[in-house]
Amino acid sequence: MTAVDTRPPAAPVTHRPAADRLAGTARLARLALRTSRVRVALWTAGVAVLVYSSAASIEGLYPTEEDLRELAEPLYDNAAVIALQGPTYAIDTLGGAAVFNIGAFGYALVGLMGMFLVGRHTRVDEEAERTELLRAAVVGRHAPVVAALLLATGALAVAGALITASMLALGLPVAGSVAYGLAMAAFGVVMAATTAVTAQLSAHARTAYGLAGAVLGLSYLVRAVGDVGDGRLSWASPMGWAQQVRPYAGERWWPLALLLGTAGLLTALALQLLDRRDLGSGMLAERAGPPRAARWLTRPWGLAVRLQRASVLWWAVGLAITGVAYGSLGGDVEDLIGDSEGMAEIVTQAGGDLVDSFFATALLMVAVITAGFTVASALRPRGEESAGRAEPLLATALGRRAWLGSHLAVAAGGSAIVVGAGGLAMGLTDAVASGDAGQVWRLTGGALAHLPALWVLAGLGALLVGAAPRATGLAWALVGWCVLVAFFGELLDLPRWARDLSPFEHVPRLPADEVTWLPLGVLTALAAALAAAGLAAVERRDVGS
Amino acid sequence: MATAISVEGLVKTFGHVRALDGLDLEVRAGEVHGFLGPNGAGKSTTIRILLGLLRPDAGRVTLLGGDPWRDAVELHRRLAYVPGDVNLWPNLTGGEVIDLLADLRGGVDPRRRDELIERFDLDPRKKGRTYSKGNRQKVALVAALASDVELLLLDEPTAGLDPLMEAVFQDTIREITGEGRTVLLSSHILAQVEALADRVSIIRQGRTVESGTLAELRHLTRTTITVETERTPDAVGAMAGVHNLRVDGHRATFDVDTARLDEVVRGLAGLGVRSLVSRPPTLEELFLRHYGDELAVLERADADGARSDGERGGR
Repeated sequence: MTAVDTRPPAAPVTHRPAADRLAGTARLARLALRTSRVRVALWTAGVAVLVYSSAASIEGLYPTEEDLRELAEPLYDNAAVIALQGPTYAIDTLGGAAVFNIGAFGYALVGLMGMFLVGRHTRVDEEAERTELLRAAVVGRHAPVVAALLLATGALAVAGALITASMLALGLPVAGSVAYGLAMAAFGVVMAATTAVTAQLSAHARTAYGLAGAVLGLSYLVRAVGDVGDGRLSWASPMGWAQQVRPYAGERWWPLALLLGTAGLLTALALQLLDRRDLGSGMLAERAGPPRAARWLTRPWGLAVRLQRASVLWWAVGLAITGVAYGSLGGDVEDLIGDSEGMAEIVTQAGGDLVDSFFATALLMVAVITAGFTVASALRPRGEESAGRAEPLLATALGRRAWLGSHLAVAAGGSAIVVGAGGLAMGLTDAVASGDAGQVWRLTGGALAHLPALWVLAGLGALLVGAAPRATGLAWALVGWCVLVAFFGELLDLPRWARDLSPFEHVPRLPADEVTWLPLGVLTALAAALAAAGLAAVERRDVGS
Repeated sequence: MATAISVEGLVKTFGHVRALDGLDLEVRAGEVHGFLGPNGAGKSTTIRILLGLLRPDAGRVTLLGGDPWRDAVELHRRLAYVPGDVNLWPNLTGGEVIDLLADLRGGVDPRRRDELIERFDLDPRKKGRTYSKGNRQKVALVAALASDVELLLLDEPTAGLDPLMEAVFQDTIREITGEGRTVLLSSHILAQVEALADRVSIIRQGRTVESGTLAELRHLTRTTITVETERTPDAVGAMAGVHNLRVDGHRATFDVDTARLDEVVRGLAGLGVRSLVSRPPTLEELFLRHYGDELAVLERADADGARSDGERGGR
C-alpha cells in the first residue's frame, strides 16, 4: 500500500489549562437543571413555604407586641430551646421570633438542599458512570463539579430571594428580610461546597452524603453548645456564623463574607482533590466485608432486616432527638403559651390538663414524622424490584408472599422501634426535668398507641406494592395529608371528614385522653386487611418491571 | 422425563407492544439449548415467563413438568437463574449474595462454592457497589452454578466476562451437562453457543423462526466451496443450488445449498478437481441469514403480499 495521505496535518494542540478544565461547564449546568428541575422546584418552594407558614403562624398566634413579649420571656434562659433553635436575638419582635422559631432547623434544611443538589450531580452521577460518558466528550475535568455547584448556588439564591419576599409580604423590615434570605442561602452554599469536597473523598454517594451530613450535624451541635454557653464556641460553626447575621436584631453583614469565603475555599479544595484522583475512585479506601453470609442473613426476614436496619436506627435516633426537644419544653409549657389564645387552642385540642395536652400533641407530631419511616419501609420492596434486585430473589424458592411479608414485618416492627424511641426519649427528658419517673412509661405508651395508625399506612403501602406498584406515590400523599392535618388541621379549620382521612385522628390522645381500645382495634384490623390484600395481590401480577 | 421446557404459542403483550407473538420452544432434558435472537426479540421476556415472574397472556408453558406461574416456588428449588444485567445490593458482599441466593434456592455445597469462586477469580469480600459489571455477573454465576439444580436458565450470562473467564464458563457448563443437567442459554456470543449448544432456537419479533440441532440448521443453509479444476469451471454457474459464484481462471468460489451439495460435488468431479475446500456455515452465517439481507427481502415480499416462494413455509 502506498496510499498518499492527503489530509491536512493535524492542528497543533493549544494548551489553555484553566479554560480547558472548565470546558462544557455551562452546558452541564443546563443539563443538571434539566434533570433536576422538579427537585429544584420542590426544594426552593418547600423552603419558602416552610419559612412563610412558620412566620405567618407566629403572627397569627401572637398578634400583639404584648403577646410576643410574653412568648419571649421564658425563652431567654431556657437552655434546651436555645440549644435546639439558636440564640434569642430580638425574639420579642415578630421578625426575631419568626427567625428564632424557624431556627437552626431552617439552616439544616437549606444545608440539606445544598448537599443533595451537589451530591446528585457529582458522586451519584460518577458512581452511575454517567460522568465517564460526559467526560469522554469535550468536557473539562472541573466542569461537572463546577456545574453542580452553579446549580445548587442558583437554586439556593432563588430560595433565599423567596424567603426575603415571604418576610416582606408579612410586612417585616427590608434589611432584616434581606439579611435572613442571604444568611439562609449562604449557609446552603457552604454545605453545597462541603459536599463537593466529600464527593471527592469517597467513591460512593452514600458515604459522601454521610460525611457531609456529619459536618452538618457537627456544625449544629457545636453552635448548640456555644449558644447555651457564652457564644464563643458558636464561631467554630458555619451555622453559628449564619445565625450571627442577626436578622431583625441590628443586622451584621460581615459573617456573610465568612460563609461565602469558606464556600470558595472548600470549592478550591474540592477541585484540588479532583486533580489528584482518578475518575470513579475516591480518596478513602474501601473496606472489605465478610466472605460468607451469616446464617440469619439467608432467611427472607434476615435480608429485610439487614437492608433496613440502618434506616430503622437513623430514624430512631432522629425521633429520639425530636422527643428530647419536645420533652425539654414540658416544664415551660404554661409560660410559653401564656395568654396566647391561638397557641392554647392548638395545644389543648386534646383537652384536659395543659401539660398533658402538650405532650399528647407532641406525641402526635412524633407519630406523623414516624409515618415517613413506615411508608418508606413498606415501599422498600418496590424499590428493590425497580432496581432489578427482586428478580434474582424471586427466581429462587423464595415465595412472593414471604418476600413482601418480610419487608412488611420490618416496617411494622421498625415503626414500633422508631415511634417508641421518640416517646421514650420524650418521657426520659421530662422525667429528669420534672422528677416524675411515671412520665417515662406514660409517654412511651402514648407513642406506641399510634402504632395501629402507622400499621394502616404500612398496610396501604403493601397493598400498593402488591396491586398497583406504579401508584405507590399514593401512600406518600396520605402521609403528606396526615402531616397537614396534624400540624395545620386546626389553623386551616379543615372539615371533620377531611381530618378523619388521617388514621392518626382516630388514635386516643394519650396522656391527655383515656385509652379507648375500640378505635385501636378497628385500625389494627384495617391494617391487617390491607396487608392481606397486598400479599394476595402480589401473587397475581407481573414482577420485575 | 424427556422434555425440560415446553412452550407452545406463547403470547405476552405490554400495553400495545406484542413482545411474544406465538413463540414455541422445546428444550430436552440434559441438553444445552442455545436461545438466539436480536435485541428486543423476546428472549428475556420468555425467560421471565419461564421463571413465573411474568404471566403469559396466551399459550402453554410447561417447565420441569410444572406450571411456572402456579408452581413457581416449587420449581425454583430445581432451577437456577442468571440475569443478563446483574444488580447487587450495594452494601452486601459478593460472598453474602452468593450464600443468600443459593440458600434461598435450597442449599449449596460449600466446597463447590469455594471452588467456583476460585475458578472465576472472584473476591467474595468486596461490597456489591464496588464490583464491575463482569464481577457482578460472576457473583450471579457462582451462585447459580454452585446450586445442585436440574435446570439452569442463563440470560446472556457472560456478556461482561473476559475471554479467560469465558473459557472457565464453558468448561463449567460442560461439566454440568456431563452430570445430566439442562441449560437454556440465551446468548449473543455465537461462538459460545456453537461451542456449547446441542440444539438452538432462533427467535425474531416474538416468534421462533428456526429450531433444531446445528447440523439440521446447517443442512438448511449453504456451504462455501473453493475449488480448483483442470478445465475452466464456467459450468458451475449452470448447476442448481449454486450462488455467489466468483471465477478466477481455474479457481471458483461459491456457496451451495447444503441440500444440493451431493449433486454439485458430482458435477465438479466431471471438471477434474485439483483441490477442494469446503467450509460449513458458521452459526453467525445462520444467524445473519435470518436477520440480514434475505430477511429484508422477505419482509419486502411480505409487505407486497407476494409470499409465494414458500421459503419460510419450507422450514
